[in-house]
Amino acid sequence: MNKKNLLRQKLCAAPHLVWSAIFIVVPLIMVAYYSFTNAQGEFTLENIYRLSDYTDTFLRSLWYGIVATVICLVIAYPLAYIISQMKVRVQTTMMMLVMIPMWMNFLIRTYAWMNILEDSGIINKLLGLLGMEPVHMINTGGAVILGMVYNFLPYMILPIYTVLAKLDRSLIEAAQDLGAGKIRVFSKVVFPLSVSGVVSGVTMVFVPSVSTFYISQKLGGGTFALIGDVIEMQFQVSNNFNFGAALSLVLMVLILICMAFMNKFSSSEDVGGGMVL
Amino acid sequence: MKNNPVVIDLKNISIELGGNKILENLNLYIRDKEFITFLGPSGCGKTTTLRIIAGFLEPDSGEVIFGNKVVNGVPPHKRQVNTIFQRYALFPNLNVYENIAFGLRLKKMKESDIRDKVKEMLALVNLNGFEKRSVDCLSGGQQQRVAIARALAVDPKVLLLDEPLGALDLKLRKDMQVELKNIQQRLGITFIYVTHDQEEALSMSDTIVVMDGGVIQQIGTPEDIYNEPKNAFVADFIGESNILDGYMLEDFKCKFSGAEFECLDKGFAKGEAVDVVVRPEDVDIVPIEKGMLTGVVTSVTFKGVHFEIIVDIGGFKWMIQTTDYEAVGNKIGLFIEPDAIHIMKKSKYSGKFGDYSSFSDEIEHLSDIVEEE
Repeated sequence: MNKKNLLRQKLCAAPHLVWSAIFIVVPLIMVAYYSFTNAQGEFTLENIYRLSDYTDTFLRSLWYGIVATVICLVIAYPLAYIISQMKVRVQTTMMMLVMIPMWMNFLIRTYAWMNILEDSGIINKLLGLLGMEPVHMINTGGAVILGMVYNFLPYMILPIYTVLAKLDRSLIEAAQDLGAGKIRVFSKVVFPLSVSGVVSGVTMVFVPSVSTFYISQKLGGGTFALIGDVIEMQFQVSNNFNFGAALSLVLMVLILICMAFMNKFSSSEDVGGGMVL
Repeated sequence: MKNNPVVIDLKNISIELGGNKILENLNLYIRDKEFITFLGPSGCGKTTTLRIIAGFLEPDSGEVIFGNKVVNGVPPHKRQVNTIFQRYALFPNLNVYENIAFGLRLKKMKESDIRDKVKEMLALVNLNGFEKRSVDCLSGGQQQRVAIARALAVDPKVLLLDEPLGALDLKLRKDMQVELKNIQQRLGITFIYVTHDQEEALSMSDTIVVMDGGVIQQIGTPEDIYNEPKNAFVADFIGESNILDGYMLEDFKCKFSGAEFECLDKGFAKGEAVDVVVRPEDVDIVPIEKGMLTGVVTSVTFKGVHFEIIVDIGGFKWMIQTTDYEAVGNKIGLFIEPDAIHIMKKSKYSGKFGDYSSFSDEIEHLSDIVEEE
């Protein structure tokens, strides 16, 4: 390749590099800067020390993120598998159905769930009609998990479905041919070859679940805070940018550690196509 | 071979797929240690037959019998046959060793036995030392060898091969043909081979099953199929042939192209209309006055070993393969020995295969590489 071509390639990449610098690198540096300074702009570790007050919140957020991700995976994998086995035309329709909710605004979807789950909401009215006692659902941990699973489920289905739909049928036949029954075909061929999709899906569900604040406020009713709520509060209510930045920084590090763990766990069988953070 | 026990018996097999009749009342038995080839054009049902034997497809009617057990409904993983797939189907997440060990692990073999078996298989297919390689970085020929090793590792009684050499280039294909035949003879197992390549079928098989339209057209040894084709389809599909309309005057005497010929065929009614096959290499070029037929050369193609000459005889274009050069426009005589003439009963294929007036190597070649399904 000659120099002129190389230069042209670099020029083509320039807009992206500028974009990345302004909207990714600079904000990251700002977050780090705020984390280690006080309101007067002096260096301090106070923000970091204060974090220990929120250990419970961090752990709760991680726990909720993990639970939501696991539930999504448990629902999404079989669903994606079943869809991938259908006729091609049915597959397209099914994937449309999976994606249509994503066309609606996230806030509206969450408000809809409030209406459904409220003490005088749709479900309880139905129960009342059937002569049953109302059930308290809104403002519980379960409602928050439900909101996360509902909102982020398509992000789990899509990558897993994509990998499974591309899976070469003859590999499954080869495994059957060599003596593998249905369970073995799945555990030795189908699942290992779809790990990359699972990793993508887990990433795309886990990250927004851990850092969400809206779902926990609306469906959790503020009875308990997740780390996203705390961060939002620091910026919007307390106006303490420095502590908010410190919280964000630690959340970021925690997520990176989780992802690294996840990637390490799967990389031995990862055959590409996965999203690697 | 003829006295070997029957290992697979297909009885009255019919199957429809997507509303199309793929196989119609197919009957076939396969003997132990036989190298049997299903040969036919795309869509003739040869791969479907193979998939029925492997258990990937269930016939709508008819029985699949292994030994003396009906195996209809038995899933593929419980059948004692293994398949070499068209595109190898190696597991991309496993290395060469693990691919070959796949079936052995399912059998819960001891690790040390697995190691020995894999080594033995790699030696068999000439891939010593390839254990740790990833299957993605192997060439097509090497992938094919791994696929063969993987299937043979589990000691199948019958190996099914679905156009296994279709994706390889010509030179490699010829080498692999010899190697496959060697492996088959050394291991003494039954090979059921599917191909649309008649040369491959003729050179490797003990028995050829020629199929078209879901129906078996002829079963026989390569020599039988070539020398005694049953109908115009078989004569046309296997090798080159001049297929002419004619009729029998009496036993051992027939008439075509306006001349009378002696032949070796009998048992036809007097005056019965028949298809006559004359292979291009069985026609001798002689001076006009000595010719049984005379015609004008319309094209000559140099083929290396021989010339391919197209001769116009009364409007019908014959193909002749000869080592003697004749210029275009020459008038020549043709001489045909009685044993070069083969008489066939009329069939639904009669008249479907014209003369060589529209013959083109290119088209022939293109139709060769069209893949089934």
